[in-house]
Amino acid sequence: MNSAMIIICLALVGAIVVGLLASHGRKMNLEQWSVGGRTFGTVFVFVLMAGEIYTTFTFLGASGFAYGKGGAVLYIMTYTCLAFVSSYWLLPPIWRYAKQHNLITQPDFFARVYDSPAVGFIVAIVGLVALIPYLILQFKGLGIIVEIASYGAISTQTAVIIGAVAMSIYVVVSGVHGSAWNATIKDCTILLVCAFLGLYLPYHYYGSVGEMFASIEKAKSGFLALPQVGENPTWYCTTIAISALGLYMWPHTFASIYTSKSESIFRKNAVVMPLYSLVMLFSMLVGFTAVLKVPGLTGGQIDLALLRLSIATFDPWFVGVIGAAGVLTALVPGSMMLIAASTLFANNIYRKVMPETEGRSVSRIAKLAAPLIAMVAVFFTINGGNSIVALLIMGYSIVTQLFPPLVASLLPNNPVTKQGAMAGILVGVATVAVVVTTKTSIATLFPGASPLVAGINTGFIALTLNVATMIVVSVFSRVPQPRLASSAE
Amino acid sequence: MKYFLVSLPILGVFLGATVFNRVTPFIFGMPLFFAWTLFNVLLMSAIMLAIYKIDPANAKPTGEPR
Repeated sequence: MNSAMIIICLALVGAIVVGLLASHGRKMNLEQWSVGGRTFGTVFVFVLMAGEIYTTFTFLGASGFAYGKGGAVLYIMTYTCLAFVSSYWLLPPIWRYAKQHNLITQPDFFARVYDSPAVGFIVAIVGLVALIPYLILQFKGLGIIVEIASYGAISTQTAVIIGAVAMSIYVVVSGVHGSAWNATIKDCTILLVCAFLGLYLPYHYYGSVGEMFASIEKAKSGFLALPQVGENPTWYCTTIAISALGLYMWPHTFASIYTSKSESIFRKNAVVMPLYSLVMLFSMLVGFTAVLKVPGLTGGQIDLALLRLSIATFDPWFVGVIGAAGVLTALVPGSMMLIAASTLFANNIYRKVMPETEGRSVSRIAKLAAPLIAMVAVFFTINGGNSIVALLIMGYSIVTQLFPPLVASLLPNNPVTKQGAMAGILVGVATVAVVVTTKTSIATLFPGASPLVAGINTGFIALTLNVATMIVVSVFSRVPQPRLASSAE
Repeated sequence: MKYFLVSLPILGVFLGATVFNRVTPFIFGMPLFFAWTLFNVLLMSAIMLAIYKIDPANAKPTGEPR
């Protein structure tokens, strides 16, 4: 039992307690459980949205990417900011429509706006397929953080199982209320920890941030800008575009739009959120500090840069604090994904297969599904290989396929028919599956292409085919379409 | 006007990847590419504030504390 382990355990217990208290003895029907009864104010909506965006991927991934790929890491900050900017116009009409029709999930939205349960069913399957690998990634991150920060006292497997149990307990009892309270605590902790690490570590090792950058440039010239091959300017711009479009298409992010009590909250948050993304800068600074101080991490190991550097620098108790913050970054988004996945399952899949299910049992099934889905994710986390990363890239490309039919539905006159939306999504998702499993890229399709063309993000192949199919099928299946009643800009 | 304003930071991203894609000169100790991206983020926030202020949709009091 070392001091780091004690602090990590306290954080875990604290998260469960806060999560349990968050229900305030409310009666948890499905609307309360999944979307907080649409009562959340600016702060909760802010931390829920931010909480889902600052996941273990940002904590370990952003520092790791900075360590391994240098300047290209800035794409993460830029795409989240662009997505926040788009949220000003994108989220209010979605929220308005969802409130008007009492929608709970993302498939509900598509089913309603295209007046087609089939479209909703497809969106539900697509969402579930994309969510599970994302949940697995959170568990994997949790396992790594706890194992390293407890100096090996807690194994990855034990950490993953304990984490999943903790998450399931408060998800079943408090639903999204538990996530919101924990997200508030998590954001304060991560902000302090990241800011401290990002400022202190360069100072400790180099004297100042400027000195650190100068030393890196001296040792690895050009590392801090974009290279000409690989993560080059074309890759940078296209990856930003694809990721910014995909960000709000995740089922759990989409559902957190519904938790808001008014649409003006989104416009306010669109002003503040870009500033908040600067927190990621700190975790990138940690990665840059590690470049010359803990060299030699390659491949998937680059994600360990932050933890390795911390262990080399600090006393065990402070490594414990970092580990505790890391545990929270995995638990909060993980719980959101778990809620979204179980609600999708109960409301949009189970209920379609068993149409006679009444409303009350749907919420019971959702709560029953949560621990089961967590168990499935734990199983894959422990038994799965490194293909998880490939799965996540696939997940992101998959949810992006929902963007074209969504935007079309917000237009004053939706030109897309339900057949068009369905065909587009299916073609897009199928293309993603083929592209990922065969490792196709622009470079393999056009071997002679210049690096400038070869850098185009592969997600564009699927998105282009999706839009083309959507338009062609819509033209041929044209019938008057129901559309969003309120105007969208 | 809103759309003109919002196009500026998007343009900034592409400028960042092309014109300002260099390590030197260092600005306040940061590589040029870094400094530009940071500036662009601040610009986005400032522009969203401006848009928020001029958008008539936000003119009516919402009655909720910030």
